[in-house]
Amino acid sequence: MNDILITLLIIIIKLGLIFAVVLTMAAYLVLAERKILARMQLRYGPNRVGPFGMFQPVADLIKMLTKEDVCPAGADKYLFLFAPGLAAVTALMSLAVVPFGPTIEIFGQQVPQVVCDLNIGVLYFLGLSSLAVYGIALGGWASNSKYALLASIRGLAQLISYELSMGLAVVPIIMAARSFSLTDIVMAQESLPFVLIYPETFLIFFVSVAAESKRIPFDLPEAENELVAGFHTEYSGMRFGLFFVGEYINMIILGSMTTIFFLGGWHGPLLPPIFWFLFKVLGVAFVFIWMRGTMPRFRYDQLMHFGWKVLMPIALLDVVVRGGFMVWSLGG
Amino acid sequence: MLDNYLPILVLVAIAFAFAAGSVVFSRLVGQKKPSVVKLAPYECGMPLFGTARDRFSIKFYIIAMLFIVFDIEVVFLYPWSVMFKRLGMFGFAEMGVFIVILFVGYVYVWKKGALEWE
Repeated sequence: MNDILITLLIIIIKLGLIFAVVLTMAAYLVLAERKILARMQLRYGPNRVGPFGMFQPVADLIKMLTKEDVCPAGADKYLFLFAPGLAAVTALMSLAVVPFGPTIEIFGQQVPQVVCDLNIGVLYFLGLSSLAVYGIALGGWASNSKYALLASIRGLAQLISYELSMGLAVVPIIMAARSFSLTDIVMAQESLPFVLIYPETFLIFFVSVAAESKRIPFDLPEAENELVAGFHTEYSGMRFGLFFVGEYINMIILGSMTTIFFLGGWHGPLLPPIFWFLFKVLGVAFVFIWMRGTMPRFRYDQLMHFGWKVLMPIALLDVVVRGGFMVWSLGG
Repeated sequence: MLDNYLPILVLVAIAFAFAAGSVVFSRLVGQKKPSVVKLAPYECGMPLFGTARDRFSIKFYIIAMLFIVFDIEVVFLYPWSVMFKRLGMFGFAEMGVFIVILFVGYVYVWKKGALEWE
């Protein structure tokens, strides 16, 4: 009985910590993005609320909470209410398998720095990233708005297309680590991060991840100068906020996955492991923001061509060549 | 085995509570002044025409169908990718045959023009 209570307590403390840190990170990632983008465009960015605009996320939260919650006429009410929650929940759920650091010992208890180290962590992550499509699809379809519908269909086709190459790019990594557990994958990179051994796989994965994050140059579901605001055109107040939070948490998750699969996870010299992990995740997030400040948007036919005719075959070839090489190096 | 998944259950509960809680709270705090114009779907301020539940291009259906086929291929690759050491050369040959069959399908789809967007 006591054991169960202690386990539950550890789980809740861990989850509480992770929620607090990740939600704060997501909020400040928004501010960081606005600041960095502004600097890239020779502007100042938000600088009125608090020193250097540091309280901007708090002000935004208060504003979103006190806004009117509009549900457009003719919308499918329940789906409309459900979709943003789904987007946020699927993003938050992926956090369960992210290992932030190695197992540490607190009060004689072995505490792994991961909510639960599933032996199918990779499948869990890929499954949730498939579920995340529903948030967009349902939200856009339920809004009863032409812009939202167009955006959600586009987004759907885009996300499922690039999911293929993302799934394929993970195969060589699984082969190298011989495990679906994300902790094991990080462990396998103790001496050398996989990005140095599999640079082309990393490129395929990174491009797919950028497409999955629905950001420039892949932000077709939100293309603001053709589709107003994309799939969340009709959303207001905190429901819009949930989409927004989900998107930024998703960015952190995708950054974490890139870190875990290719950049060696928490491994690094001198500094404590968790610091290295955060540092790498934020690095990936910065590259996402940088891309947004630099690149134009794909046209839709280019996007689909690139996904199906370039990225997919390359990813497949990569699996065959890398796989063949690994089997051959076993000695036949 | 099952208590491996207990943290996920707790996480789902907390995540749902967070999503529902923030929306309910904003409902309570936010104002409520609906009007006919405000509730209309946004169409650049013009009077609405047609319905949003319109038909859309068949292309998207085709992409969805292709996705299912190729996603199953990827899923089949996973078990092999953890077990390839034990399966050895035989497993790799089997996988190769499987990939070649799907690749023929891929070439067919390409030649048929299912991947064209004009």
